[in-house]
Amino acid sequence: MIEFRMPSLGADMEAGTLVEWLVKPGDAVRRGDVIALVDTQKGLFDIEVFEDGTVENLVLKEGAKVPVGTVMAILNGTKEVVQKATKLEEAGAAREMPREVIAPVQTPPEIKASPLARRIAKDLSIDLSIIKGTGEEGAITKADVENAAAEKKQTPEQEMRAETAQQPSSPKEKTAATADSIRMAVAAAMSRANREIPHYYLETKIDMRKALAWLAEANKQRSVKQRLLPVALYIKAVAKAAAEVPQLNAYWEDGLQLKEAINIGVVISLRTGGILIPALRDAEKKSIDEIMEWINEIIPRARSLNLRSSDITDTTITLTSLAEGSAETVYGVIYPPQVALVGLGSISEQPWAENGMLDVRPVLVATLAADHRASDGQIGSRFLMAFKHYLQEPESL
Amino acid sequence: MTEEELKPVIFRLLKGVAPDTEPETLKPDDNIRTTLEIDSFDYLQFIVALDEQFGMDTPEEDYGKIQTLHTLLAYLFQKAKKTV
Repeated sequence: MIEFRMPSLGADMEAGTLVEWLVKPGDAVRRGDVIALVDTQKGLFDIEVFEDGTVENLVLKEGAKVPVGTVMAILNGTKEVVQKATKLEEAGAAREMPREVIAPVQTPPEIKASPLARRIAKDLSIDLSIIKGTGEEGAITKADVENAAAEKKQTPEQEMRAETAQQPSSPKEKTAATADSIRMAVAAAMSRANREIPHYYLETKIDMRKALAWLAEANKQRSVKQRLLPVALYIKAVAKAAAEVPQLNAYWEDGLQLKEAINIGVVISLRTGGILIPALRDAEKKSIDEIMEWINEIIPRARSLNLRSSDITDTTITLTSLAEGSAETVYGVIYPPQVALVGLGSISEQPWAENGMLDVRPVLVATLAADHRASDGQIGSRFLMAFKHYLQEPESL
Repeated sequence: MTEEELKPVIFRLLKGVAPDTEPETLKPDDNIRTTLEIDSFDYLQFIVALDEQFGMDTPEEDYGKIQTLHTLLAYLFQKAKKTV
């Protein structure tokens, strides 16, 4: 038996609202199938299963908002346990969550209702939390439940929408509302990071002449659609450096936990403000072209708030790269429970001394923000030097 | 095509990659990317769209020639002349 739980779609997520089940009891599901739609502060997500199996019972009702880790459904599988994402992050997420963002989830005992109303609601599968009581002190009466049941019968579709989170009607309003809640989600995660993580910072300047020349040469042979951006090289170099210095590809959860897979979270800024951080899984196994394909696919999806649960779970290290023409140096804040974040500024021409000569070179300033509980400066420096080395020898990537 | 006919096409393509911007407000010599806050990824998508729209192939070394409306229009006219 497999308990399918509300996944944690990032360290900043406390709760999610089940908008819709896409499966019913008895359905066979396969690893990767999208089985539910969940609304979070970061917008709607397709939720995928991580094992093959059969749906036995849908525990959670559509419209219910529950904390991360709550059982949503029971599946029968061949192998024990699903939802790698949940398993991994659940403990950390449930243990200590920032409280300033989401109001506590309403639990049934807090709802005032007569015992009779409760029983009828249960029989009719009506969620009491969505009924406005007309009895004493707003208590829900038998009549309220019956009215709600009648309405539900008439317009099940509308009913569902109304209860699934004050969803604004027009897409524009929806985007604005999501932008606000993304802001709050980032605020919560970053507050936690600053409260809990003793950051240390290292910085190095990287001569990008060879890397840019290599890119220009590579792009001459490519159609405009296949052209590479520097960020593809950055991701690959982070992956190789993380493989060399595994202490930074890890979580801090009751001690250091090294992660085998290198899943690089890439910070994508939204035009309306806020950021989303989808992860490239197993980045060290991907070629530069595969990384660029991922970028081409993920950025439009992130910007249209159309990510899947698997896009943003299991991130082991984060990369933030500022757009061309912006600031030259960025000192990042680590996303808990990760232990490192690589920050890249925009490339600028700078005087460069080498072999007793002065020249002008395109220079990238790379910083590393790392968790001092998990590593020391020496390890951080090894990582940053490895990263620099790979960018100076782009042909080795 | 005249300049007045080309402009709406360019605005539409820009709007396609950056829906919440107002390309119509661009002045001829404004830097398109910095004024509309379009990053390198979105700008590449804009060039893809331009190439598809006008059936051309913009090499990377020409990106510097199409930074403003003014230079972009000049670039398009020059390309059109060559193909005629």
